[in-house]
Amino acid sequence: MFSYEFMRNAFAAGTIIAIICGIMGVFVIARNMSFLTHTLSEIGFSGAAFGVFAGWAPLNGMLLFTVISSVIVGQLSARSERREAATSAISALFIGLGILFLSLANKNASYATSILFGSVIGISASDVQQMLWLSILVLIIVFVIYRFLKFDSFDHTGARVKGLWTNTLSITFLVLVALSVSVAAQIVGSLLIFILLTLPAATAKYFAHTVGGMMILAVGLALIGVWAGLTLSYVTNYPVSFFIAAIEAVFYFLALGWQKLQTAE
Amino acid sequence: MTEPAILKLENLGVTFPNHPVFTDLNLTIHQGEFWSIVGKNGVGKTTLMRAILHQLHPTTGKVSYLPNAGGVKIGYVPQFRNIDSDYPLTIKDFVGLNLTGWKWPWLSRKEHVEIEHILAETGLTKLAKRPIGQASGGERQKAYLAQALVESPNLLILDESTASLDPVTKTELLDLVIELNQRLHLTVLFVTHDIPMARKYSSQYLMLTPAGAEQGPISGLTQEKVWEGEKNV
Repeated sequence: MFSYEFMRNAFAAGTIIAIICGIMGVFVIARNMSFLTHTLSEIGFSGAAFGVFAGWAPLNGMLLFTVISSVIVGQLSARSERREAATSAISALFIGLGILFLSLANKNASYATSILFGSVIGISASDVQQMLWLSILVLIIVFVIYRFLKFDSFDHTGARVKGLWTNTLSITFLVLVALSVSVAAQIVGSLLIFILLTLPAATAKYFAHTVGGMMILAVGLALIGVWAGLTLSYVTNYPVSFFIAAIEAVFYFLALGWQKLQTAE
Repeated sequence: MTEPAILKLENLGVTFPNHPVFTDLNLTIHQGEFWSIVGKNGVGKTTLMRAILHQLHPTTGKVSYLPNAGGVKIGYVPQFRNIDSDYPLTIKDFVGLNLTGWKWPWLSRKEHVEIEHILAETGLTKLAKRPIGQASGGERQKAYLAQALVESPNLLILDESTASLDPVTKTELLDLVIELNQRLHLTVLFVTHDIPMARKYSSQYLMLTPAGAEQGPISGLTQEKVWEGEKNV
């Protein structure tokens, strides 16, 4: 399997994605932002389609669209009661735009499928390098603002009372999610990105009771999903995103069952 | 000797569109005092706390913290927090959230000691590893108190923090607060509807009524006076 360059690249990319998603996912779950993450991935699809239309690499189109829209979403939905409606409206608009750009770019349906559901074959060494730099940038920012982000994500009331710049933190975090979405969409596809950004961390929450512990476990679960998914996809020739989705969902349901058993005791 | 003043409200007024919440409020709070803030719902107690925390701009007047002993650090304990039974963090981790600053992501040895010290002060040492989502109401309030205290504030605001507790737990929590108030000269603002508790623990009171504010030594506060003030629209 590793004699093929595309599989080596896919494993390298998958490892980077699992690490970044495991870490960011802990904050996504703590901030109840699964739905927003889903929307950002749809915006990522639209950005990739725009990239194709404009003759850019899809990743660059994704980055442009997700980063700009994360700032807009952050501004629009500072008030939580408005968040769901504002997010739905933006989501609808961007799916529509994505379809329009694909149609304008004159690309066929299989191209749309690879943006939406991911593809391991198309990952080049330079893609891996670009993902690596972006991930390092995200991790450095998280490292610098870690304590503030942790406080605001796990105890928003306490962080506000302390006078932490919670609005700025919120928008910074959304931009970081946008970058992570763009990175991860390369392999699992823009529609399934929220799997890796939400499920491993949601599962980890049931077993680890410190933020660091949740991160380590979430990264571990994401790595297992990505590595096993890539291997199974190679062996069976079925889509990698199906395997990753199935593995992470099984982990999550097992965790839920375990939690139920614990509370029943 | 009078302790130095640490918080001063001068002609403070907050008006929401077409609705004055309170006007012309003057109050000076000295270090080590234990104030009860009383008044019926909607009279502006929480709005006042938000103004004190600089979370809203007053319409008139100002809130000033007087420089003393390295500035004023506020610890705030609300009645509720968004913590459900799934909430993953342990009590120790939750308390440590309040240790912020441009530091390494992980806690230093000194910070661990600080957290353990405050857990011991609040009687939470044995519960340190319990996920806070699985803690009882009283244990959670103690954890909120410990989190507010971990950065050594000199002003502690209890915003109806005891309202949902049973009488025994309420007394236990306030015994702890008064002990810290006396030993560390911690200034306390206790927002409450519970007049007997206010009388038992406070040294001063501020009563907000629709007709205005009244303040004085706690001996002057009676349940009848509060009922009278509430009627006085």
